[in-house]
Amino acid sequence: MRRIDLSRIPGARWGVISSPYLWMLLFFLLPFIIVARISVAEAQLSIPPFSALFQWAADRLTIEISFASYQWLVADDTYFRAYWQSIQIAFFSTLLCILIGYPVAYTIARAPAHTQPTLLLLILLPSWTSFLIRVYAWMGLLSNRGLINQALVGMGITDGPIQMLNTNFAVYVGVVYAYLPFMILPLYANLVKHDNTLLEAASDLGARKIISFFRITLPLSKNGLIAGSMLVFIPVVGEYVIPELLGGRRTLMIGKVLWQEFFNNRDWPLAAALALVMILILLIPIMIFMRVQQKELEGRR
Amino acid sequence: MKSLTFTRCMFWFGILFLYLPMVILIIYSFNAGRNVQVWAGFSTHWYGEVLRDRQLMAALGRSLRVAFFSATAAMLLGLLASIAIIRMKRFRGRGLLSGMVTAPLVMPDVIIGVSLLMLFVSLQQAIGWPQGRGLNTVFIAHTTFCVAYSTVVISSRLRELDESLEEAAQDLGATPVSTFFQVTLPIIWPALLSAWLLSFTLSLDDVVIASFVTGPGATTLPIEVFSSVRLGVSPKINALATMIILVISLIAFTSWYVTRRIDIRNRRQQLAYQREME
Amino acid sequence: MNAATETTASDVRARERVKKKPLLSIEQVSKEFDGTYAVDSVNLQIYSGEIFALLGASGSGKSTLLRILAGFELPTAGRIRLDGQDLTGMPPYKRPINMMFQSYALFPHMTVEQNLAFGLRQDRLPRAEIKDRVGRMLDMVQMKKFARRKPHQLSGGQRQRVALARSLAKQPKMLLLDEPMGALDKKLRTRMQLEVVDILESVGVTCVMVTHDQEEAMTMADRLAIMDEGRIEQVGTPVDVYESPTNRMVAEFIGSVNIIPAEIQADEEDHMILRSPELPVPIYIGHGVSSGIDQRDMLFALRPEKTILCTEQPEGDYNWAAGTVNDIAYLGGHSVYHVKLDSGRVVQTVLANRERRSPRPTWEDRVWVCWESDAGVVLRD
Repeated sequence: MRRIDLSRIPGARWGVISSPYLWMLLFFLLPFIIVARISVAEAQLSIPPFSALFQWAADRLTIEISFASYQWLVADDTYFRAYWQSIQIAFFSTLLCILIGYPVAYTIARAPAHTQPTLLLLILLPSWTSFLIRVYAWMGLLSNRGLINQALVGMGITDGPIQMLNTNFAVYVGVVYAYLPFMILPLYANLVKHDNTLLEAASDLGARKIISFFRITLPLSKNGLIAGSMLVFIPVVGEYVIPELLGGRRTLMIGKVLWQEFFNNRDWPLAAALALVMILILLIPIMIFMRVQQKELEGRR
Repeated sequence: MKSLTFTRCMFWFGILFLYLPMVILIIYSFNAGRNVQVWAGFSTHWYGEVLRDRQLMAALGRSLRVAFFSATAAMLLGLLASIAIIRMKRFRGRGLLSGMVTAPLVMPDVIIGVSLLMLFVSLQQAIGWPQGRGLNTVFIAHTTFCVAYSTVVISSRLRELDESLEEAAQDLGATPVSTFFQVTLPIIWPALLSAWLLSFTLSLDDVVIASFVTGPGATTLPIEVFSSVRLGVSPKINALATMIILVISLIAFTSWYVTRRIDIRNRRQQLAYQREME
Repeated sequence: MNAATETTASDVRARERVKKKPLLSIEQVSKEFDGTYAVDSVNLQIYSGEIFALLGASGSGKSTLLRILAGFELPTAGRIRLDGQDLTGMPPYKRPINMMFQSYALFPHMTVEQNLAFGLRQDRLPRAEIKDRVGRMLDMVQMKKFARRKPHQLSGGQRQRVALARSLAKQPKMLLLDEPMGALDKKLRTRMQLEVVDILESVGVTCVMVTHDQEEAMTMADRLAIMDEGRIEQVGTPVDVYESPTNRMVAEFIGSVNIIPAEIQADEEDHMILRSPELPVPIYIGHGVSSGIDQRDMLFALRPEKTILCTEQPEGDYNWAAGTVNDIAYLGGHSVYHVKLDSGRVVQTVLANRERRSPRPTWEDRVWVCWESDAGVVLRD
């Protein structure tokens, strides 16, 4: 009920709303429509490498539609396997992030109020430095002659180096490493708001610590958990840099496939189709994320 | 007590996991030898190599320019979007706006990159703009996804701001515009600064989107770094990475420290009111 | 109620006002939010120089009405006129009305002085005049010593004084107070109520305040309006509203009251008689109500302090009831007895504790409750 009525100065109100609105409509929403259109165009050896989106023929607007890209998508099971593996990797990395991130977020949220900012900075500082460099750092560590293998061989645990770089294992390490802060931050933001008296009440009623954690803390942190999981899961499904740098030939992730179709094969319609299918797959997780986030953004009322 | 020690362990394991790779990278950047894996004595040789590399330095200049303008544009658009969403509660399409500024937070980079490139190409075909691709298209792309981050930062601060302060200003004769400059802005500017810095580092960091939408002669630093990283680990990249880590940490740390101090002060003032009200 | 001592003063003021013409008139004002009416066809006249209180529970629409007066909400229908000028569509920053907010809304980044000068600066007054007026305002609220402090360095009472001074600095034609004591603790509240009234009267500003606290409204206001579900239920002086409520909602909202259903037996010029199945004897009232009512089922409203608690059966054929003591609330100055009548209904009655340790009725005692013929009010159901 509390709001300032700006409707009396329509110009200012219109300006404030429309500038971000038009920008996002033009550069965020419209591109998806174009992608959808290009995905049903035909690949051509021209610049740009696809058939005209629409043309005037005999004073009539004609739109030609071809489903060739989608037929390709279905025919070659590489794409299906790439989607499936991307989802798998994203899912298990999300689980790993929860497993590591939850205790970290919990520890920070339970720490004395004056040390919390310092601990939080400690966690977030690495994520402010370059993403690329963080992934790169693992290349040196995981390679056959890298520090980890040197240590393993040096201590006599293994005879020769273990192949770690260019495997799915490296991809998992890289993904968890790069995306962990995105799990910790929303979880912390949620956990820190919890009322401590709830836990005191629970222990007063005789619940053991572990029980009150599963019965009270965990359910209450649901929104933070969802937000964090989505912040990890969704971008990881489309991840390109990590599988490219740490993954091997057998790591088939859809972001990498899309990149190759686009840059190496210059098949724009196919790349557009791949992107569109990826959006469709991610639609439900994105919706869930937006619901949670919108509640945050618009305030709980 | 059992769960407590478990969480403690996981916490320190997490910290170790986060920092160890960085520390090792920094150490090896001072390796004298060409072979990265074998320690051959301390040297700052590779730092000189980086600073002498014209191509890298030119890319850095371009990246800084793009980041500066994108961060500024994203901060302004994010501010307007926050005001629209938080303060002007009823307007048609509010849900769509808050959706459009939320979705880029999770949208995979390849999708944003590929769709924006296709938009630019189609627009050029249809209306002749933008003419070719280069830093201007990278600027547009970076601004677009940074608006999302900057809106999250600014709107969360704006929501905490007691709306009756703005109403009081209007009640005392200030127009909405002058209310914004005399009351709202002086209180929320630390959030604007954090939004700007966040956008700046995100833009400086992006490789995937820039790879899609950039054009000839407009290679940014991350693209430059990525192309050499793909070929494997090199001591020169280690040195460059160390420099980036140090500079960004320094900026991040000071900005965190400054905004935090100001924010704590403001928050304390507001908290004091709220306590009175209870 | 400590309203008793103020009765005569506010009565005199109220009578004086009748001659004056209204300063603010609210005509058929409604505000609709998503199909429900927060304010529903309200008509009100506020007279020059009076302190007027809008009293109601939360959600009664009183705050919305105040925000409409301030200009933060546009009414869906109706007009608002101040001194003959139509304010209805005027934005808040153009209205000659200022408001003191519940949270005080002092600008945290400005000193006390700058807060007071804010409104004057918007009018682009000369610097010297601003300084002069801020100085006078600081004197008035005795805050000169704190002129350079920031709001968070002040106590609750000091903040309230600054907020009051800031809203008076522009010499508004009308002052709005939103829950003026809402942010203070109970002890401070009583003191500040009188302090604020003193300041308001010395300035002579017309004032509309919103409160949910009836004691606050009765202490501070010359007249008040009871609001419920967006409508005004009754307007009048505190005495009018307390002693002669026009309906059940008002009677129950202000103070405590025993409501007993009764049926009219006789309604004459000088008296009327009601009969209730809950009481052993009829109710006799020393005046007629109004003729021409077909309805016979009425409510008899009787305030606890207008009754007398006896330990023996009273003489007379009217105006008493018998029962046993069900509950006693000892409040120091007086005790409230909950008496369970033979019919099962519980009525409240008040016993003043005049002696320190005299014998008083206790639980399960047989007692009688009786009242004078002008003690109660007859309300339509």
